[in-house]
Amino acid sequence: MSTRHSTAAARFLKDREQEKWHDETLWLVRAKRDKMSRSLPEWETLRNLAASIKLYSNSHLADLLEQFEKNAAGNGAIVHWAKDAEEYNRIVYDLLKERNIKRLAKSKSMLAEECGMNSYLMERGIDVVETDLGERILQLMHLKPSHIVLPAIHIKRQQVGEMMEREMGTEKGNFDPTYLTHAARKNLREIFLNSDAAMTGVNFAVASTGEIVVCTNEGNADMGTSFPKLHIAAFGLEKIVPDLEALGVFTRLLARSGTGQPITSYTSHYRSPQNGGEFHIIIVDNGRSEILKNREHIRILNCIRCGECMNTCPVYRRSGGYSYTYFIPGPIGINLSMLKNPKLYSDNLSACSLCLSCSNVCPVKVDLGEQIYRWRQQLDGLGQANPVKKQISMGLKYLMDRPKVFNTALKFAPLANQMPRFVLYNKLNAWGKGRELPHFAKKSFNELWKNNQVK
Amino acid sequence: MKVGLFIPCYINAIYPEVGVASYKLLKAVGMDVDYPLDQTCCGQPMANAGFEKESYAMAMRMEELFKAYDYVVGPSASCVAFVKEYHPGILKEGNHVCSNAGKIYDICEFLHDVVKPASLSAEFPHKVSIHNSCHGVRELNLSSPSERNIPYYNKLRNLLALVKGIEIFEPKRIDECCGFGGMFSIEEPEVSVCMAQDKVADHISTGAEYITGADSSCLMHMQGVIERENLPIKTIHIVQILATGL
Repeated sequence: MSTRHSTAAARFLKDREQEKWHDETLWLVRAKRDKMSRSLPEWETLRNLAASIKLYSNSHLADLLEQFEKNAAGNGAIVHWAKDAEEYNRIVYDLLKERNIKRLAKSKSMLAEECGMNSYLMERGIDVVETDLGERILQLMHLKPSHIVLPAIHIKRQQVGEMMEREMGTEKGNFDPTYLTHAARKNLREIFLNSDAAMTGVNFAVASTGEIVVCTNEGNADMGTSFPKLHIAAFGLEKIVPDLEALGVFTRLLARSGTGQPITSYTSHYRSPQNGGEFHIIIVDNGRSEILKNREHIRILNCIRCGECMNTCPVYRRSGGYSYTYFIPGPIGINLSMLKNPKLYSDNLSACSLCLSCSNVCPVKVDLGEQIYRWRQQLDGLGQANPVKKQISMGLKYLMDRPKVFNTALKFAPLANQMPRFVLYNKLNAWGKGRELPHFAKKSFNELWKNNQVK
Repeated sequence: MKVGLFIPCYINAIYPEVGVASYKLLKAVGMDVDYPLDQTCCGQPMANAGFEKESYAMAMRMEELFKAYDYVVGPSASCVAFVKEYHPGILKEGNHVCSNAGKIYDICEFLHDVVKPASLSAEFPHKVSIHNSCHGVRELNLSSPSERNIPYYNKLRNLLALVKGIEIFEPKRIDECCGFGGMFSIEEPEVSVCMAQDKVADHISTGAEYITGADSSCLMHMQGVIERENLPIKTIHIVQILATGL
């Protein structure tokens, strides 16, 4: 009864040393987050406030987005609207093509990842260079992110060093992180100086001022946007917040949740184009307005992509980002993938023990675990139910709906305790993979009670 | 106060001694306890697997069985949480208003919040590590979830503190999941086993002789790993400790 997730997870777990490292490293981020969140007595109030603001913004999107557009235009920015990934990619490409731009310095954007922008542009001859170090490492290794905030968390520095020997001519066998960082910085500096356009993601778009806010730790967004005359920024429409006061609530939560820092090293506000330059902002829907209609899952739009649900998820930490079939892994990824295409991505639903840690850690109170439970109820209707699980469920139902049959079964159950090991422990018994089976009692509680033996 | 004892299916079948200890304990604190015969299951296993609709008859049956009682009390936080959180929604399909949800308690919650005994006769001269189970913590508020910025509390610890001779510990990752999760344990066996191994190791590192908690399902899962690997720790349901000497 395996899913694509469980199969990939089993593969990940073959290397227990790497698994342990992955688990402990991400747990450490969770621990840092706990410390940070406890440094604010008003933490739970902030979470409530943030969740309320998001529910407000997402139910007033039309007004807030138009307000944003008006104010951004007033600041001298040009606002574009993209219905889907295709439109978004085409807008970016046209902007570059019309200006005969060959190289784009790009800072981190999950939206670009969602829309497959890099490959779209590269197929059309644009050199897209990732400037976030983690993303850059992955780009040069031809790999995908395994975490949304710590995209290269699964890569060891030895692997990075070997890649940089090839790509940047670093000293052979020198895997010193400081040395490698300096080399990467030097390499990227050339790109910053020689790019004709910069692209940034957007953490928050402020309706009342028409500005966008980008949070990074490396300053790569700032470097990227400082030189070229063209800055393109794009955001999914749920990134809108009403005003700067609301923004303050989120900037206090974002880094504390995501990485356990009080704030990201850089929180950059972009309002106007630089002198003689252009500032284009693309507002992207790509399925988000459909989620708005979905009462059971609307809170997913609260997500600020802090990534903490991954760090806290006991399954994610022990199975790695690549075990999920969607580009965003972990609890938020499971949910986003189901909203994107439930038939295609239902394999991710097995990656949850319903421990609900994600729902409690989430700074914007997305009920991630509860939503996974609700998605599971849809599987049978979608024709995606696991046949073995269905069979077990129906068998249990038969038994549990018939107390007499159940009680009789309990009478005979202890016989199983005596069965030879090969009958009980074989390939069909997934429980037996690492665990002994429980032993049935000689007399059930029901029987003891009937016989007046409970005193 | 008439208390209906709720004995979930797997406790009925595998851990009847947990049911017996629950009965004794409730009696000892002065409750009028009864066990409505022929209970089966609350429906959680099928629901968590994605077949919530199939639990309707089970939820309805529980409504009938416990109609006459002021309280429904059971020694399994997860099953109690399922009745409390999910039965109302399941029964709504048949336009039935769930009455159990408002009067069901995990036995620890019931003792701690309703009965509030000042003392117990229990004695257990052992080191125990508390297993703060996911649904006990995050659905029934048996202790402060580690994710939340609220003052530490633990109802299980408070109850265990009434036991003579006991030494109480908690694991470092205080309320991380043991990896049971119902059918999760067989659909994702590798991850599930890994979670149980890590959890048991965390409990062992406290120096405890026993893992104790309000959920026999988590204890059963960890017991599976302990037995397979011959690990130096035992599991015991909290009511079996609280009911010693009765």
